[in-house]
Amino acid sequence: MKTVKLTINGHPVEVEAGTNILNAAQKAQVKIPSLCYHPDLPAWAACGICVVKVKGLNRLVRACATPATEGLEVTTHDPELYGIRRTIIELILSTHPDDCLQCPRNNNCELQRLAAEFGIREAPYGKRLRDLPPDDTTGSLELHPEKCILCGRCAAVCQGMQGVWALEFIGRGEKMRIAPAADVSLEESPCIKCGQCSAHCPVGAIYEHSHAPEVYAALADPTKHCVAQIAPAVRVALGEDFGYEPGTLLTGKIYAALRRLGFDAVFDTNFGADLTIIEEGTEFIERFAHGRGPLPLITSCCPSWTDYMEKFAPDFIDNFSTAKSPHAMVGALTKTYYAEKKGLDPKDIFMVSIMPCTAKKFEIQRSEEMSSSGQQDIDISLTTRELCRMIKSAGIDFRNLPDDEQVDSLLGAYTGAGTIFGATGGVMEAALRTAHWSLTKERLPTMELKEIRGLDGVKEATLKVAGKDVRVAVAHCMGNIEIVLDKVRAAREAGEETPYHFIEVMACRGGCVGGGGQPYGATDTIRRQRAAGLYRDDEKSAQRCSHENPMIQQLYAEFLGEPLGEKSHQLLHTGYYKRKPYKR
Amino acid sequence: MGSGGMIVMDEDDCMVDVARFYQDFCVDESCGKCAPCRVGTRTLLNLLDKITTGKGTRADLKKIRDVGAAMQKAALCGLGQTAPNPVLSTLKYFEAEYLAHIDEQHCPAGKCKALVTYSIDASKCIGCTLCARRCPVGAIEGERQKPHRILPEQCIKCGECLKACKFGAVSRR
Repeated sequence: MKTVKLTINGHPVEVEAGTNILNAAQKAQVKIPSLCYHPDLPAWAACGICVVKVKGLNRLVRACATPATEGLEVTTHDPELYGIRRTIIELILSTHPDDCLQCPRNNNCELQRLAAEFGIREAPYGKRLRDLPPDDTTGSLELHPEKCILCGRCAAVCQGMQGVWALEFIGRGEKMRIAPAADVSLEESPCIKCGQCSAHCPVGAIYEHSHAPEVYAALADPTKHCVAQIAPAVRVALGEDFGYEPGTLLTGKIYAALRRLGFDAVFDTNFGADLTIIEEGTEFIERFAHGRGPLPLITSCCPSWTDYMEKFAPDFIDNFSTAKSPHAMVGALTKTYYAEKKGLDPKDIFMVSIMPCTAKKFEIQRSEEMSSSGQQDIDISLTTRELCRMIKSAGIDFRNLPDDEQVDSLLGAYTGAGTIFGATGGVMEAALRTAHWSLTKERLPTMELKEIRGLDGVKEATLKVAGKDVRVAVAHCMGNIEIVLDKVRAAREAGEETPYHFIEVMACRGGCVGGGGQPYGATDTIRRQRAAGLYRDDEKSAQRCSHENPMIQQLYAEFLGEPLGEKSHQLLHTGYYKRKPYKR
Repeated sequence: MGSGGMIVMDEDDCMVDVARFYQDFCVDESCGKCAPCRVGTRTLLNLLDKITTGKGTRADLKKIRDVGAAMQKAALCGLGQTAPNPVLSTLKYFEAEYLAHIDEQHCPAGKCKALVTYSIDASKCIGCTLCARRCPVGAIEGERQKPHRILPEQCIKCGECLKACKFGAVSRR
């Protein structure tokens, strides 16, 4: 690693060559204020707040877009820089509505924080708002362009990281705005509802459509039997809003909080993850060992990924696992299996999923198969952020809740394999643990498949199972998937054997731990911490393979019969349809 | 500004109005990417509009200097960095003209229409009707061979009457 030495306000620091001045300054315990820069993205250099002085240059440079070089002498703070930054913040505020109290980013907004840090007390440049209409057409995400400060993060995420190109700058000069590409509505655009735009937006210009009011209404309705389930990635991220370190495992406290909110039963999506592995793993063995169906098999747990595939890669529809996502399975079973056992009318059950995801809001209504129980299987999907707000508004002292609260029976118990679904590579790892056992009746020699963990965009591994090589690929962050698909397409066209047998795809960077509905502020460090929390949960689990889950075994014995059986097909599987990227 | 050509101006050109003209151009030219230029050009233009219509205050001059400095130092490209130059340099060399607009609501060059009034000196007017015939909006009334009068609420301050009068009866203030 080549390093360079420079000084920040006279303090010598040594950093890796190519590090920008903004990050180099952190090594000298200096925080340069910035607004448009995000560590996930290349510098866009729009706001101009991070300007610094460099000795020998008679102009200022942007710390976000200037690499540290040998011998650089940087001044990050002085009265002139303070004045310039303050003026720019005041200018940006002159085009931003003052509706902080009604904004979902209140207390959590990067512009609000800057204004507070700089002690802005007046609006010297008046207020010039643009009167742009909001877009709430998807039911998952709301775009409020009048609040947008044009930092460009959402467009960079959508185009660069996710490869979707649903958001774009439209117009120029003071008429410039962020809008769905081609200026259609968000619902008509190629948007896959991953919500990464909302996770990266520094202000409240794009955020999840809140469904908390519907949940409160159901909780207040005595005729409703309210059931909640939490996704794997929620338990290691929710604590961030309550002062915990990222990655702190808070499963028990979250169960307790849900009960205190008034839910009659609390289930766990990890159970659904275990069930997904049984169904999807069986599908894989059918295709891999018995040649029934095309390879590679591609995971379908991620609703943004299925939306992307239907729009941009419909040539892979046959390769998709037809297994529903874990929470959809739990939803379908709650309104059939659980309802039967409890003697409840499925119509009276109100099923709420707590997800790290904004696309799940779209998924629960995406096709008829999502109403396999006769009702809509999942009534409402909330994001982690929405649950945080509900817990706070319900007056629950989250930090002092008991840690050991248990999940409800039937659809709650989970194994280590289920919990790691929340991290990239986790679905693959869990599936291979069970597939290996199914084919050999032996456990994997090492449970941890390190080569498919971590934040590399595309991870590959080859595993010997029953004397055969199983070649797998794991991609996360939607923009990386085309690399994998192109390899498969190339082999397909050349008539060669498929380069992979099994592919896992997650739309968000880091997998669900970095989901679009997670608490704000995710960086790679935080994604790693959250994933580490899930892997710790796995390590301390009594069972670490999905097929060992006693409640799953009971479910098949009492209700489903066998994996891929008739009842499974009816309740746990779905179909995919070619869709146009643009609806008009 | 722009091509590097030179424009010669005299006392009939209002420096505040010239600055306003160039700022109007910069608002159109700004691409919109960086905040200092996108918001700064419009903010400067609005401040200059305020001054040229007699609504400016001395505090606005400080605002112009603050925004101008932020743009010069922090705009991303040459357009934004130089956009405040016409404003800042006229303010530097012709501050008195800015102050006349602010303190006296008076445009010394008579260019800022909002600050200009035209009137007819009844003692000089012979009632030839030339000004009334030239006035494009019919804002001058009066009978033949009697002193005429300009109706201030209708006058668009185009200056045609001043040019037309052969007897020096029309004045601008």
